[in-house]
Amino acid sequence: MNFELTEERQMLQDTLRRFLADRYGLETRNKIIDSEEGLSPEIWAELAELGVIGALFTEEDGGFGGKGFDITTVFEELGRAGVVEPFLDTAILGGGLIAALGSDTQKELLEEVIGGALHLAFAHGEPRSRYELNQVETTAKVSGDEIVLSGRKAVVVNAEAAGYLVVSARESGGLMDEDGISLFLVPADTAGLTMVGYPLMQGGRAAEVTLDDVKVPSSARLGEAGKAYPAIVTAAARANTALSAEILGSMETATGLTKEYLVTRQQFGRPIGTFQALAHRMSDMLIELEMARSAVINIAGRLESDTAERDRYVAATRNYLGRAGRLIAEEAIQMHGGIAMTKEYELAHFAKRIVMSDHRLGDTDWHLERFIALSAAA
Amino acid sequence: MDLNYTPEEQAFREEVRTFLAEKLPKDLADKMKTKSELSKEDYLRWHKILYEQGWIAPNWPKEYGGAEWNAVQRHIFEEECAFANTPRVLPFGLAMLGPVLQAFGNQEQKDYYLPRILSGEDWWCQGYSEPGAGSDLASLKTRAVREGDHYIVNGQKTWTTLGQHADWIFCLVRTDPNVKQQEGISFLLIDMKTPGITVRPIILLEGTHEVNEVFFDNVKVPVENLVGEENKGWTYAKYLLTHERTNIAGVGASKAALDSVKRMARAEMSGGRPLIENPAFAARLAEVEADLMAMETANLRIVSQAAVGHAPGIEASMLKVKGTIIRQEINDLARRAVGPYAMPFQSEAVEGDNQPIGPDYAAPQASRYFNNRKLSIFGGSNEVQRGIIAKTQIGV
Repeated sequence: MNFELTEERQMLQDTLRRFLADRYGLETRNKIIDSEEGLSPEIWAELAELGVIGALFTEEDGGFGGKGFDITTVFEELGRAGVVEPFLDTAILGGGLIAALGSDTQKELLEEVIGGALHLAFAHGEPRSRYELNQVETTAKVSGDEIVLSGRKAVVVNAEAAGYLVVSARESGGLMDEDGISLFLVPADTAGLTMVGYPLMQGGRAAEVTLDDVKVPSSARLGEAGKAYPAIVTAAARANTALSAEILGSMETATGLTKEYLVTRQQFGRPIGTFQALAHRMSDMLIELEMARSAVINIAGRLESDTAERDRYVAATRNYLGRAGRLIAEEAIQMHGGIAMTKEYELAHFAKRIVMSDHRLGDTDWHLERFIALSAAA
Repeated sequence: MDLNYTPEEQAFREEVRTFLAEKLPKDLADKMKTKSELSKEDYLRWHKILYEQGWIAPNWPKEYGGAEWNAVQRHIFEEECAFANTPRVLPFGLAMLGPVLQAFGNQEQKDYYLPRILSGEDWWCQGYSEPGAGSDLASLKTRAVREGDHYIVNGQKTWTTLGQHADWIFCLVRTDPNVKQQEGISFLLIDMKTPGITVRPIILLEGTHEVNEVFFDNVKVPVENLVGEENKGWTYAKYLLTHERTNIAGVGASKAALDSVKRMARAEMSGGRPLIENPAFAARLAEVEADLMAMETANLRIVSQAAVGHAPGIEASMLKVKGTIIRQEINDLARRAVGPYAMPFQSEAVEGDNQPIGPDYAAPQASRYFNNRKLSIFGGSNEVQRGIIAKTQIGV
């Protein structure tokens, strides 16, 4: 075994950490969150230039990474800095699905994605599907050379900025069947595709997307008809890996801010960290952080394993991060007191990133049940 | 012992229900369900309705215009109001200052201020915390120096809830810096229109403007605005804090919130069946309900034992700690219940006439979860409460 990052990943980590420390402070971040776009095109372009998006794709797809540890290295730094830009949506989900299923022509889009010129969104979740990856009501009907898409997609993160939406739709089978789900590459300006956008609690934006007889050519289909489900599960595994690393990064910052506050904040004539009631809770936060880091390493190291093994680790890690994340977010707020409840102090943003991640790609309980099911089968 | 409500108590509940059905404006109840902020007018509308009914001050003695209800009546009222989604009755004038004036104010102060608190004519806010004085409240630094028939006040208060609407603020100020901290504090009533007062908003993490900083720059306050004796303010402040804590368990609000989680969990589907049948979710829900069932009786038992208007001792601290843990757990379940639809930042998204994103009950859940982290911080943090319990019980 070896627990060191490779030299390349170490360099990527250093570069990214320096850049974000320099360019992504509280004021910049709040300005981005309050902006109409909910992201900064300049920061996006600069990070693409630094190779951050390229690190999330394999060499054969035009990048220089794409493995589990590349993903966790990048996303831990994004989490540490509280970055709200949609790397998860454009690169891991949207880009990852094109890389996994796309034809050579479709894959040409990846160059634009890696260069920072094109945003993507994964329009999969629906108003009633909650976290179930196989529950798809949106329909795809073949009509001559065209395919007609109809349905509604819920909380599609980054939909407004996206040039293309990767839309899931059912070509056959029943509501919960894994078989019969296809993916389509739909240009955002296609007739019949409408969206209502809104800001998210944790920063960034999403939209409710309506597909009202949206017509696309059959060349818009990604991969084989009705066979997209395994690729969706893999994309979710990669996204859960990224999200776990991001939560870890935000937990590090929340813990660091709290540690600093315990040393500097004086009450009753001494630093509040000298009160054992708080000191021991700080110790628990540090223990949880260490464990969470190991859980993220677990998932990163198994991302290329067989799917049963991989998914068992995905579920365990998200469940662990969900519990440890909630503890750290809530304890960090409590030990700070009122100041942590304000928008002006940056802890609040990290607490929101951590807690609201429990609403993407399955929550703590959902991953627990999945872990139970996968472990029973193992 | 008898855990059943008496026929009189049941009749009282019916009376409250009838009143709420007739008098609670539907638009206010709807706003409580879907929005995270109320306007000044919203609060005042509901205040006036209760005032006209004679129910605005449940814990005040009749001689001051209160309802003088007993603990069980107050519990019933609180519960019915929570289930009906009434706006909150703000505690600053009615639950905090009122009892202090009744106990320590002079006749002129009682005659002038109490009726105006009842009618809602004066909106009061609380000037206790300072940037450097939170849990360690006695270390407060806002100075009041006597000059002739005025005090000159300089300093800063913070976390002033809804101070942006306030006509008056009751303040703890330091009148003697040369004695033990607790012995140099006075209790002062200050008109917010006095020159030298600046109110600056603090925006909370879920985007609401609920608290403020209040700055005092050479603010002239007439000496007749002093409550009780100079330098005895800490005694009055402690008296007020025990009153602040009589309803701190928030049982009615927690019961209504739990009921709403159940309704959401019946409507939400997870993996093809109602979320309420999901084992992990159901287990969490059942545990917090079991906690709440014990808490309801603990609250009634403790509050009944204390005389009307008189606060219990460390049991109040116990109610606060456990009551806030329960409420925050319910808020956590509520945000989980709505799944991905917890993410839209709805206090912004539903501004104006926009349709809420997702089911209408989803809109305020994440905001409420974050906002109610304050419950274990304010009114004496849960750490301070545990300190009080430990000090009284262990004593070393």
